[in-house]
Amino acid sequence: MIAEVAGAIVQVLVVGAGAPLLVGALRTLKARLVGRRGPSPWQPYANLRKLLAKEAVVSTTTSWVFRATPYILAATLLVTGLIVPVTTTRPPLAFAGNIILLVYLFMLGTFFLALAGLDAGSAFGGMGASREVAVAALAEPTVIVAVFALALRADTIDLGRIVERFRGEPWLAANPAHLLAFAAFFIVMLAETGRLPVDNPATHLELTMIHEAMVLEYSGRYLALVEWAAAMKLFLFMTLLANLFVPWGLREPTGPVAVLLGLLALAGKLALLTTAVAVLETGVAKLRLFRVPELLAGSFALAFLSLMAVFLVR
Amino acid sequence: MTRLAYGLVALIGIAAAGLGGYGVVGGAGTLRLAWLVPLGGLELTLDPLGGLFLGLIGFAAVPASVYAMGYPDGDGRGRFAYVVFVVSMCLVPVAANAMTFVIAWELMSLASYFLVLHDRESEESIRAAWIYAVMTHVGLACLLAGMLLLGADLGSLRFADWRVSAPALDPTTRNAVFVLLALGFAGKAGVIPLHVWLPLAHPAAPSHVSALMSGVMIKLGIYGLLRVTLDWLGSGPPWWGVALLIAGAVSSVIGVLYAVVEQDLKRLLAFCSIENIGIILLGIGSAALYQVAGLEALALLGLVAALYHTVNHAVFKALLFLGAGAVVHATGTRNMEAMGGLIKRMPWTAACFLVGSSAIAALPPLNGFVSEWLTFLALFQNTRLDAVGQNVVFTLGIASLALTGGLAMVCFVKAFGITFLALPRSDAAAGAHEASPPMRVAMLALAAACVALGLGPTLVVPAFGSVAASLLRTTPPAAGGTWLTLRVSGDFASLSTVAIAVSIAVSLLVPLLALRLVGASRRTRSYETWGCGRIVQTARMEYTATAFANPFKRVFDFFYRPTKRLDIEFHPESRFFVERIEYENPTRSIFDDWLYRPALDLLHSVARAVGALQSGSANQYLAYILAALLLMLVLA
Amino acid sequence: MLRQLRTALRTGIVTEPVAPGGELERIGARLTSEIARLFGRSLAIRQVDAGSCNGCELEITGLTAPQYDLERFGIHFVASPRHADCLLVTGPVTRNMAEALRRTWQATPDPKFVIAVGDCGRDGGLFRGSYAIVGGVADVLPVDAVIPGCPPSPAALLAGLLEAIGRLAR
Repeated sequence: MIAEVAGAIVQVLVVGAGAPLLVGALRTLKARLVGRRGPSPWQPYANLRKLLAKEAVVSTTTSWVFRATPYILAATLLVTGLIVPVTTTRPPLAFAGNIILLVYLFMLGTFFLALAGLDAGSAFGGMGASREVAVAALAEPTVIVAVFALALRADTIDLGRIVERFRGEPWLAANPAHLLAFAAFFIVMLAETGRLPVDNPATHLELTMIHEAMVLEYSGRYLALVEWAAAMKLFLFMTLLANLFVPWGLREPTGPVAVLLGLLALAGKLALLTTAVAVLETGVAKLRLFRVPELLAGSFALAFLSLMAVFLVR
Repeated sequence: MTRLAYGLVALIGIAAAGLGGYGVVGGAGTLRLAWLVPLGGLELTLDPLGGLFLGLIGFAAVPASVYAMGYPDGDGRGRFAYVVFVVSMCLVPVAANAMTFVIAWELMSLASYFLVLHDRESEESIRAAWIYAVMTHVGLACLLAGMLLLGADLGSLRFADWRVSAPALDPTTRNAVFVLLALGFAGKAGVIPLHVWLPLAHPAAPSHVSALMSGVMIKLGIYGLLRVTLDWLGSGPPWWGVALLIAGAVSSVIGVLYAVVEQDLKRLLAFCSIENIGIILLGIGSAALYQVAGLEALALLGLVAALYHTVNHAVFKALLFLGAGAVVHATGTRNMEAMGGLIKRMPWTAACFLVGSSAIAALPPLNGFVSEWLTFLALFQNTRLDAVGQNVVFTLGIASLALTGGLAMVCFVKAFGITFLALPRSDAAAGAHEASPPMRVAMLALAAACVALGLGPTLVVPAFGSVAASLLRTTPPAAGGTWLTLRVSGDFASLSTVAIAVSIAVSLLVPLLALRLVGASRRTRSYETWGCGRIVQTARMEYTATAFANPFKRVFDFFYRPTKRLDIEFHPESRFFVERIEYENPTRSIFDDWLYRPALDLLHSVARAVGALQSGSANQYLAYILAALLLMLVLA
Repeated sequence: MLRQLRTALRTGIVTEPVAPGGELERIGARLTSEIARLFGRSLAIRQVDAGSCNGCELEITGLTAPQYDLERFGIHFVASPRHADCLLVTGPVTRNMAEALRRTWQATPDPKFVIAVGDCGRDGGLFRGSYAIVGGVADVLPVDAVIPGCPPSPAALLAGLLEAIGRLAR
């Protein structure tokens, strides 16, 4: 019992405290790739600390939905962090759900964030909300089909058990279906976390914003929560990519050593993924908004092909 | 007097719910009144499936009637039809022979026709009621044809006899009967492409009637489909299940695509009903296919998912329609483009509508999520089936269910956000008042039911399991999991909405406490929305519902075929000054263009051709009589 | 894409060290060590063009270039004043922009400070006395510091900003 609670706390700390570092490292890498010194990887922590000292300016047109959304968003991502296998193959809330629950928990956050964007009554918020939910809705079939392809071969959709089966039988992973599903999931990660080429997280032009446009009204502690939640979303998507598709390094939670080893393995995999994302973001330009559905349709085609490959191999 | 009628219906609802519950847990009963109805007499039988639907009707009728009692200006003009409507709906699931069924069905359709025609002056209402009457009677014709065909072949019109002898029928007759009955029931359920009446009739009816029509009346179409596919005709060939799966996938995606671009709040809800019917059909189709392949446990899973979603949809759709009714009543319009800011003027309605929106968008831990989760699981395990063709159909079903889930969320961000949030877009919305207490009580009760059904799947699923088992005539599944966790198919998947809800609640507190511990600033200041320094903020600067749906109109333009209409009125003195701009971006329904208009044109041309016979000349008519007599003498 | 990456890797990091400061004019008493403590490691700037000729804007844009690289000090530009700590105001405040500037300042959460950029921002500069302007930024908002110049070079801007948040000694 105590071990389980400790494990849950450790997992929450890893996700909650590690997410800003991931975002910071990504920004530093992107800066180095264009010849700048760039901010330090610990910069997001300084940003969050400063935001907590600021007052919150709340618009007069908003309602309780606006003020509640940052907390709901952070809560859904913390709960998601307890379901994803981060450092071990038995996350604390593994019994409570699986990948379908994950997808819909992310949607719960997006739902409220979009409502908060509409609540301010400005055109920016409405535009951001409309675009964000459009991208989220079009990305969903890809996620479900890609994970279905994985679940087919592992014969379970419980995330921890998928990891265990692939780790135990590596030849299951050594086929083109796996790569196709990885590619599809990678594209969806870029779309859902608002990375280039879908959305530029550093843009200042409101007409080009998708995710940022919804948070233009937030300030102070609310903004800190929203930014932290966005960082956690990126962390969790990358963790899913890393641990589901490259499961080696994760073990059952037999003790602090296993957790530590899992943490080191995760750090290594995340470093590789972060580099890949940084290189990609530096190399491609942002897509026109109405080209994004084409990209998502392409990722769906990849996921579908992955599924067909599984059926044919059987 | 009006209150009395609605109170009576509420009591009938409670009684029906009780009786239904009794049927679900295994109680049975029969009632025969041979003299009341020709061709077999009135025969009512209670069995678990019928009990479930009876209970559902009763359960939904109570809040709808309580809500109707809260209408301040109740003109009482539909109360008799309402009583007949609810009573006839209650008779359909317990009917035990074809005649009873058809009479109850027709009474239900007629009563609802009068209820849809509530506003007798409006041309829109009249047209809606007319199309509804035509479609429902086309469905009735199919039903009658199928039932009479089956009855003639088997020699009896009693369902119990059909259960016994129908599997021995020759396949052609069975398939023909299936097609006829399925078409009839699918038309009532609102399956694409027989759905045209639904988005017209549901908005035209008063809200408590819409709640019942959308919540339970179309479920009786589902009830019929369940009986036809799995009960009366025994286990059919695989193409039945495939047809249902495809119909479900198509309905769910197309229904929600139409909902996303709707500006009329109640029509949006009506299209969402079509979407959810599609999801239920996915469950039924998968159950049928698993049943044919002999995979009993998976067939039970698919059926439980379908039944759970039926109940869930009845609850949250009724809630949403009641909420929409309160909004329409307060603002005087159904057009979302004229609403806004209602969350501050109608806080209770807004909160209940938010619960309903979250439930229908399948957000955890509410009930919509649980039934969609179960449907996903039923579809996921199709690898046990050996036919690749069926696997492909299942995969398409999974993809369409995923797409539907995302689009439903979009739809309800739009519905709730545009209607309730930000600034009022019209004076009517600015002057809106909260719903009356009976309306609030009804909505709160349904919202509580949504939460309860979401947090209690471990209690509800075994009940549905036993109903499903009685329908498929197998043993009920072993109870999987504990009171906390729902386990499906052994180790395949597990879900604990209670744990999720508790975790979310705790996680809401964690940042609050952490912020307090860290000493974060708690100061808040109110100021206007950031608008790049503009001087004043009006409702014209908010996002509109049309604009919100624009990305979808672009992405799916091959489906919507949007047309743009731009009218600019210039100042009479100079073309450089604009007086008025009117912009319309309507979508066209491909079903109207490709299916109904050609069919109606064909019907008209045939009628015109046949009309040539009717010349008006008495001599010609005498010649017809003579020719007919001669023909009969020759043939006899 | 590969060609761009190859060029970037071959060129390496071109960021220059910061030139010494000395040009910042402190006006208000608000710019004390307290602001330096709060914003020393992380500063969000919202740049407002209150009627400038865009000369100062061009120089400010240079701050995000690899040579001057503002981000290495934890300073970044933001789109919404709700996210900002500091308003960087350029231009003499024209009559048409005065109200918008005031609303931008009101929309910024406390604690905040204002830096006026250029001679126009200080007192109207080239346009001093014109009928179309209100005056320097100090005539509309409580200004905490001025970075003079017409326009100030990116190096001067960078030095002035860092001095304002206490990251650079005079």
